[in-house]
Amino acid sequence: MTLYAALGAVEQGLVYGIMVIGVYLTFRILDFPDLTVDGSLPLGASISAVAITSGVNPYLSLLLALAGGFVAGMVTALLNTKFKILHLLASILTMIALYSINIRIMSGPNIALLGVDTVFDSVIRLGVPSHLAGLIVFGLFALLVLLCTIWFLSTEIGQAILATGDNPQMIRSLGVNTHTIIILGVGLSNGLVALSGALVAQNQGAADVGMGIGTIVAGLASVIIGETVFGCTTMARAFIAALLGSIVYRLAIALALGLEFGDFRFNPSDLNLITAILVIGALIAPNLKKRLIQR
Amino acid sequence: MISLTDIIKYFHKGSVNEVFALNSINLEISEGDFVSVIGSNGAGKSTLLNCIAGVFFPDSGSIRIGGTDVTGWPEYKRARLISRVFQDPLLGTCPSATIEQNMALARLRGKKRGLGRGVKKSDRDYFREQLQKLGLGLEDRLLDKVGLLSGGQRQALTMLMATMIRPEVLLLDEHIAALDPKTANQILNLTQEIVSSIKVTTLMITHNMKHAISFGNRLIMLHQGRILLDLRGKEKEGLTVKDLLTQFYQAQGEELAMDSLLLS
Repeated sequence: MTLYAALGAVEQGLVYGIMVIGVYLTFRILDFPDLTVDGSLPLGASISAVAITSGVNPYLSLLLALAGGFVAGMVTALLNTKFKILHLLASILTMIALYSINIRIMSGPNIALLGVDTVFDSVIRLGVPSHLAGLIVFGLFALLVLLCTIWFLSTEIGQAILATGDNPQMIRSLGVNTHTIIILGVGLSNGLVALSGALVAQNQGAADVGMGIGTIVAGLASVIIGETVFGCTTMARAFIAALLGSIVYRLAIALALGLEFGDFRFNPSDLNLITAILVIGALIAPNLKKRLIQR
Repeated sequence: MISLTDIIKYFHKGSVNEVFALNSINLEISEGDFVSVIGSNGAGKSTLLNCIAGVFFPDSGSIRIGGTDVTGWPEYKRARLISRVFQDPLLGTCPSATIEQNMALARLRGKKRGLGRGVKKSDRDYFREQLQKLGLGLEDRLLDKVGLLSGGQRQALTMLMATMIRPEVLLLDEHIAALDPKTANQILNLTQEIVSSIKVTTLMITHNMKHAISFGNRLIMLHQGRILLDLRGKEKEGLTVKDLLTQFYQAQGEELAMDSLLLS
């Protein structure tokens, strides 16, 4: 793997790390497996891209993307809490609906960001070399999201979110409306996923309706790799592990794609197979370790 | 304090599994009453408590607590007035949160939760002081996860969390049934201490007739969704398990049968 490829992988790990923090919030904290993210990632991308091309400030467009993702998450959570639709099914319904909505937003399956200002341009104008702009912007955003999430979850409301995932019966009997908490939590999660999608779109110069495919798989893979490699004893540590897990995941993918066995090489289309093998590896590693120690 | 009027509750109404759980319950409980509730399985004890707590709504009838009609209030809203301790010690606390985090959650029972810190520094001394009352050494383990505690310790913590901020009503749903006899006695004594020190109106479900007789100032026996016996004050003093069984069969109009073995 070249330094250039490694740098690219870290960049991707950071920007998709924002998505992974969102996935951790639903999947682990709220115990709510949420597939909406496959739709809310391109939702964020398309909202941001359309906003920028219509002259909105690129930073403001990120906020709009965040809000759009929040609403998408709220819809899933409302379907689940108020209408008693199974969480997985509710999130799949929102996800497929978002496919059509995203095409509506962009008036087509994709939209290019040519000749318009993005958050990266504003950083480059400050004198940052262009090949480092991505790393710096993604790094700062990932750090900001990480710190905000950890702060929020240690507030009174945040503690109620943690308790809702842990013991809903108990927290209801302490006067917390668990429906409201789930709507807030799933909303926030998808807001972060949309923010991540918006940053990706601004970086690669285009939003595409297909860019969300496999988001949840990548998210879960990163979460599980992070937990296995970095541990999750406290809430703050678990979120840091999720972000680092995302970087390790992207590095592992880059490494695998660069492997050569004689004439054999991996194609980008082998990505899903590699992801599956990585997740399986991360899932059985703790077990394997235990067995080896017993012997 | 608590007043239940014509409470009727069916489960699975209209299906083959229909259960007539509460059959027009009328009950007046005064401020500061400690009521023990007994009855065989399926008598409607838990249904009664859950109706008061708002876990589900009665099909008809009204529930008033301290003069407020709470019949339409959802469970989380009634938490302003009601504290609960469950039979399963795992239900009352969050296993992956620390002792102080759990206590901080309970400190805000029924209050608005905002963006202030979940556990404040100023709370810690108060929590320690409260935990000392339990005499379990938990005051030195504020940062331990509750999942590490034994069932008895968790139930003691739950009792404390339920009463730390004085509720109007305390509901104990067989809260010692899942504990070993020694721990059960400790929790029961703790219950007695706390209830008499904060003088809270309490309903306690128990399967143990001796406990039902020796604790509280009033005893209610439920049978098939009805209140079969309601003994208080002098009627309850000096009662024995045998008296209770005799009264039960008199009220029920059935003969003393082999059942006495099951109920003793």
